[in-house]
Amino acid sequence: MSEKILELNNVVFSFKTYAGLVHAVRGVSFEVRKGEILGIVGESGCGKSVTAQSILRLNPEPPGFFEGGEILFKGQDIIKMNNKQLRNIRGKDIGFIFQDPMTSLNPTMRVGEQIEEVFIGTGTPKAEVRLKALNIMRLVGINDPERRFMQYPHELSGGMKQRIMIAIALVSRPSLIICDEPTTSLDVTIEAQILDLLLELREKLGTSIIMITHDLGVIARLCDRVVVMYGGKVAEQGTSEDIFFDTAHPYTSGLLKSIARLDMERNQVLTPIEGTPPDLFAPPKGCPFAARCEYAMSVCCEYEPSKTTLTEEHSTYCWLQHDLAPEVNLIVEKREA
Amino acid sequence: MAKYIIKRVIAAIITLFVLITVVFFLVRLMPGEPFTSAKLTEEVALNMEKYYGFDKPLYMQYFQYIENLLHGNFGYSMFYTNKTVNYIIGQGFPFSADVGIRALMLAISFGIVFGILAAKNRGTKIDFFCVIVAILGTSIPDFIMGALLQYFFGIKWGLLPVAKYRGFEYTILPACALAFYTLASVSRIMRASMLEVVQQDYIKTAKAKGLSNFRITVKHQIRNAIMPVITMLGPTVASVLTGTFVIESIFAIPGMGKYYVESVTQNDYSMILGMTVFYGMFLVVCNLIVDILYGIVDPRVRIGGK
Repeated sequence: MSEKILELNNVVFSFKTYAGLVHAVRGVSFEVRKGEILGIVGESGCGKSVTAQSILRLNPEPPGFFEGGEILFKGQDIIKMNNKQLRNIRGKDIGFIFQDPMTSLNPTMRVGEQIEEVFIGTGTPKAEVRLKALNIMRLVGINDPERRFMQYPHELSGGMKQRIMIAIALVSRPSLIICDEPTTSLDVTIEAQILDLLLELREKLGTSIIMITHDLGVIARLCDRVVVMYGGKVAEQGTSEDIFFDTAHPYTSGLLKSIARLDMERNQVLTPIEGTPPDLFAPPKGCPFAARCEYAMSVCCEYEPSKTTLTEEHSTYCWLQHDLAPEVNLIVEKREA
Repeated sequence: MAKYIIKRVIAAIITLFVLITVVFFLVRLMPGEPFTSAKLTEEVALNMEKYYGFDKPLYMQYFQYIENLLHGNFGYSMFYTNKTVNYIIGQGFPFSADVGIRALMLAISFGIVFGILAAKNRGTKIDFFCVIVAILGTSIPDFIMGALLQYFFGIKWGLLPVAKYRGFEYTILPACALAFYTLASVSRIMRASMLEVVQQDYIKTAKAKGLSNFRITVKHQIRNAIMPVITMLGPTVASVLTGTFVIESIFAIPGMGKYYVESVTQNDYSMILGMTVFYGMFLVVCNLIVDILYGIVDPRVRIGGK
């Protein structure tokens, strides 16, 4: 097993609002290893973005705050860091790529300057910074970087803007990049280009990537390991193989059943997961998925399921894994022969 | 950028031309005539009208007026004997402009600073103070403000002169009175705009880059938040400059305001026209400057103005 560069242990993050506490992240644990792509998947409001942003402390604090847990980055706890220490990690050791490149770039600043800004306060000489910016622009597939450098965001296409965002995240060669749904707002051909680019960069630079998405297609294409989140908690985690072919949580199989596939019959109806995600103002007592789960038992509504380790990599939080639970087939995908 | 500026200049010239034409004919539609004083006999009045060219057809007068204007000549006043409109403007305008510009500078600089401070310290006493200033400023008319300032600073505490316009300390009260309203609205807009910009995704991007709070505020937040303030500058210049008329009479400043009001009651055609065209020119130039400024601050406008 290669070395861990990031480890979340039982992270609890909530927001204070007028209506009360929103428990956005409720005890999430996972790790990121060197050079791997970890996918975090889940529907809107499951806490995946808040989890990702809490790694760089980008959630507004207040109203948000950590109720517990630790985020160890190269052995140091990010939750305990002061502003200055945080600034040294942000953009330098951990890069962040946001969901919407249309609004994530400053409209009144040249894109080149926005890339160079990462080095402010590091004491790197100007000429070197310029060289690094131009090199990274070339690396992320921007033709004629000298000309692009002087342009403003509105002069670039959506895909080009996302390349600039990736360049900003990569320019100081961070050891980890967090991508918060980087392709959601792009059309599919650009999406494919951007995903290929991320894979290529991982090969070239050995960077670890956290890929947040609600698109299982993206996960299948990119990720080594997957964390499935639901209701602010981890539902299941394992290698991509485990998640797709040895599915061990009803939520994961629900997700797999609800995607359209090429080999489907013409009239076959997609199976959605009925109901809505739990209200995080007042999270349910037992398993968060119990209310929507077709296999729910009475224990599911009363007690939280504990972690069941299936293999070294694969674990799930579900009462169905208990010895007394009935046998249920959760596997949707069949391994090809 | 050059193309953008040329386009703006041409638009400004057309605006001025339309203004001159409309005002020229509108003035003639006003009831009454310049030479109707009881002291004038009918014969004298006729002579006077002939002297000013009123016997010619209106369109001839119009072309004559345009020709004179192109030579920079606004003509003679019909009320103040032997004084040209140019002379009267030359006498009064420096005072009006002086108060106006001082007030504008006060209003814009303090307005922006108050807006930034309020937004950055949202919900604290500083914010509360700035909001109170904004409410007072927008709800108290400038002539009451002027009188209040005169009473407290001039009479009660005797700190500053009450009226006249003879040196720096004389300019403080009128400029403050005039600036107050604009200051309040600038600070309100700046505060709202700062709070809106701070929600934008690119501020989060800046934070994720590891920039300091100071740099995020200055380079990313203020630069974008100042846009609506620049937009309102054009009309603001207009309101501050017309506002000087009232302030001038309260503080006994020998500006243009008095002449402007008198020329209307006296049907002094050439004065009304001259002053209106002059102010119009001034405002068009101010708007032109604002347009150009806008293009400098917001790169998107430059492209839009191709």
